[in-house]
Amino acid sequence: MPETSEQIEAQMAKQKGQGVQIQKNATDSASVTKDAARCGFCKSGNQRAAFFTDRLATFFFCSAGIFLVGLLFIFAGYIIYAGRDSLTFHFLTSPPRFMQKGGGIGPQLFNSIYLLIISSAFSVPIGVGAGIYMAEYARPNSITKAIRLSLETLSALPSIVVGLFGLLIFINVLGWGFSIMAGAMALMILNLPVITRVAEESIRNVPLTLKEGSLALGATHWQTIWKLILPAALPGILSGVILVTGRIFGEAAALLFTAGMSSPHLNFGDWNPLHYASPLNPFRPAETLAVYTWKVNSEGLAPDARQIADGAAAVLIITVFLFNILARYIGRTLQKRGYSH
Amino acid sequence: MVSETENLSKTLCIKTCDHVITRSSPKPGYFFRETLGRYYTTLCGSVIILLTVVMVAFVAVKGLTAFIGSHPISPLQFLFSTHWQPDASASEGGPKFGALTFIIGSLSVSGLAVLFSAPLAIAAAVLIAIIAPKSGENFIRPVLELFTGIPSVVYGWVGLSLLVPFIRNCFGGLGFSLLAGSLVLALMILPTITTLATDALQALPISYTEGSYALGATRWQTIYRILFPAARSRILIGITLGITRAFGEALAVQMVIGNSVRIPGSFLSPISTLTSIITMDMGNTVTGSDWNNSMWSMALLLLLITFGFIVIIKILGSQRTEKRGSNA
Amino acid sequence: MLKFSRIAWIIALFFTVSTGTVAIAAGNSITAMGSTALQPLVEQAANKFMETKPDARILVQGGGSGTGLTQVAQGGADIGNSDIFAEEKTDINAKQLIDHKVCVVGFTAVVNPKVTVSNVTQKQLVDIFSGKITNWKEIGGPDMKVVIINRPKSSGTRATFKKYALNGVEEAAGISLTEDSSGTVRKTIAETPGAIGYLALSYADASVRALNFNGVTPTIANITNGKYPIWSYEHMYTKGEPTGLAKEFLNYMMGPEVQGKLVSALGYIPVSEMKVSR
Repeated sequence: MPETSEQIEAQMAKQKGQGVQIQKNATDSASVTKDAARCGFCKSGNQRAAFFTDRLATFFFCSAGIFLVGLLFIFAGYIIYAGRDSLTFHFLTSPPRFMQKGGGIGPQLFNSIYLLIISSAFSVPIGVGAGIYMAEYARPNSITKAIRLSLETLSALPSIVVGLFGLLIFINVLGWGFSIMAGAMALMILNLPVITRVAEESIRNVPLTLKEGSLALGATHWQTIWKLILPAALPGILSGVILVTGRIFGEAAALLFTAGMSSPHLNFGDWNPLHYASPLNPFRPAETLAVYTWKVNSEGLAPDARQIADGAAAVLIITVFLFNILARYIGRTLQKRGYSH
Repeated sequence: MVSETENLSKTLCIKTCDHVITRSSPKPGYFFRETLGRYYTTLCGSVIILLTVVMVAFVAVKGLTAFIGSHPISPLQFLFSTHWQPDASASEGGPKFGALTFIIGSLSVSGLAVLFSAPLAIAAAVLIAIIAPKSGENFIRPVLELFTGIPSVVYGWVGLSLLVPFIRNCFGGLGFSLLAGSLVLALMILPTITTLATDALQALPISYTEGSYALGATRWQTIYRILFPAARSRILIGITLGITRAFGEALAVQMVIGNSVRIPGSFLSPISTLTSIITMDMGNTVTGSDWNNSMWSMALLLLLITFGFIVIIKILGSQRTEKRGSNA
Repeated sequence: MLKFSRIAWIIALFFTVSTGTVAIAAGNSITAMGSTALQPLVEQAANKFMETKPDARILVQGGGSGTGLTQVAQGGADIGNSDIFAEEKTDINAKQLIDHKVCVVGFTAVVNPKVTVSNVTQKQLVDIFSGKITNWKEIGGPDMKVVIINRPKSSGTRATFKKYALNGVEEAAGISLTEDSSGTVRKTIAETPGAIGYLALSYADASVRALNFNGVTPTIANITNGKYPIWSYEHMYTKGEPTGLAKEFLNYMMGPEVQGKLVSALGYIPVSEMKVSR
């Protein structure tokens, strides 16, 4: 803050007295007046104190912010630094070895991505549909209220509770066994509220004129949504979805009891989803990268367990960053291309 | 106010359009042009309600079996006793299922986490929203958003490999402790609280700040006496959301707290939480046994406490709208 | 609108395909589920087995001993892997389950290398775990506080250790740390001065010191000849007599391929070498 403006502020403060205090409660201003009465030309002293406090506060806020950002950078830097040796093509693609050095995270990485795709295949249509409903069709009635409440509940649920629910329904009741499908369903439950909210917000942000024009031309409400509003809201929805999937990539607690903690031998030459060894089979157990990171640090049977965990953590964090950057990039480019208006 | 009128005009518009269309629409294909889409989106909305209801119902039923089964656990004992001996044989006095230790563990670790992170988060929010809005918006905020996405196992892993040895070397003890757990959680919820608190401060009308400056207040006075009180309930919502997240976190906490079944005596003592005991015992116990059922009761308890947090958020939210109403 | 109905078709198709997969999966494959301690052995054996029989499919899943026993009793899995006898778990109808003891695991008490004690008697071990001995100097070690690293109460390792090493004595509540897995237990003991815990023999490496129990060194030879008592069977349970693929696979587990090579390679003890039984 430049010196001059502070002086002006000082002048103003002198003129108005402790004007701000009027807004506060009586006791505060009373104590100030008492202070002012005690010492002769106390006003300027008071102000000096006020500026000193202001400076101090500014300093405090700045250092808090710098500390926070610094903390986060050290955090990310440490993880990537610790895992730097593992970030090789071999590590990313080869399967883990048992009680031997040099295992990789290939199947786990594949599982994470595959699980993410399958869960999005369910959560995106439902979430966007619900978002459209909330933004366009919902009347202010009890059903809308119920949906809102459900969304809030779902988004606040501890992920381990979602995982246990998955265990109950998909494993115990439906008998799917620990499988990608069960994991995808659990992730869908975690995804849904966020995708719905993102879709609703993006749709609400579409200018009303677009819609009015379309309706005036005789299009039905749904036609308007499908042909105009949805394309216009696409950048927002897309970047939101990518952001959410990035978060889901690191989810572990919900998957412990649904997708399971084992990774059977995969045959990457067989892409028929009906075959057992096929990586695409949705009813095989699948340990994801996040679960593996958790497990390898505890069941460290390989001699280089520490290194594997470091590497896996680095890969996780880098992937999440990539998702984030991608979301931003897509949001911006689509917007620039003029899809939105 | 603006958004309300907008909404009103929206609904008006929709209503009139509906009206017009229904009158002139016995045309074939109307089903595909309107009805199907409307049904589909309504279905999606209903799926969300259904999912929530089914989920709460299933967890509730499963969680309550422990209290009504063949040899029921007393709910009072479950909630208020610290005797956790699920494997004690009949000669040792029979199994005891007191979960108070875990409840206290969960509450203290998440409460402490918020105590650590809230002041820092709010300070950073002030920096982003008021002091340095430009670099805050272009740099700090994106960084924070990046960090909300970091997997919790990564936080746990760093806690285990850096924080636990650090605490052991600096403060003595084992390293696995309440302190380690709450620090890991504090770091984890920092970005969430900061982002929400920044939103709260940015949502305030600029006239508040201008008015205050015009009256000669310094920036600190403006922040402390005008902006904080005005944004109070939204900041509190952010803090509550942070505590909710910390409370439900399982793996990051389980990795660093030591999982000792006792009530924390100091910052350095190892503790257990509801989530950590569930992660450890769920798979190893037999489905349908009292022990396993008590795990489900803990899951139900987690759910109920989360509901409690939602209610708090709701109350804070309604306070905000009321205030606004009276201001206008 | 066409696009929309296409999406609907795709979703419908996906459901059909996935249901079909489940149906086929039930046909010529078996699931072995349960103990995470036994999981590596079964996984390795299953991979080898499937190399010899390419059309067979054995799905190996973890989940813990309790899950394994529950699933096999309810018919959710064909084989339930467990660290403990089904009879030791209440709420399981053990009579309908048939036990296949595939191997033996030895356990040992381990301490931080700074603890100079090399032998403990059963009495001392009981006193340590029940909180009567709180400093290593009481049994001739350095002046160092005893820190107990335990396993969760539901763990099979803990049940075995409590039964055979501690003579069934319950440890005093709240005096120990609890870690979920062998890896973390070993890491914690290696890093914490004065720490004591217990591990499967295969996990006890140079970073920790294995203790003699009543003067007997925990070695495979001492376990097979019955001198060292802290060991347990690893079980694979079936509901009723195994048939078809499950029978073939269990035979393979007991055959020379697994018992002769794999079992000892992974640090377990083949059942056939045991001169004592329980």
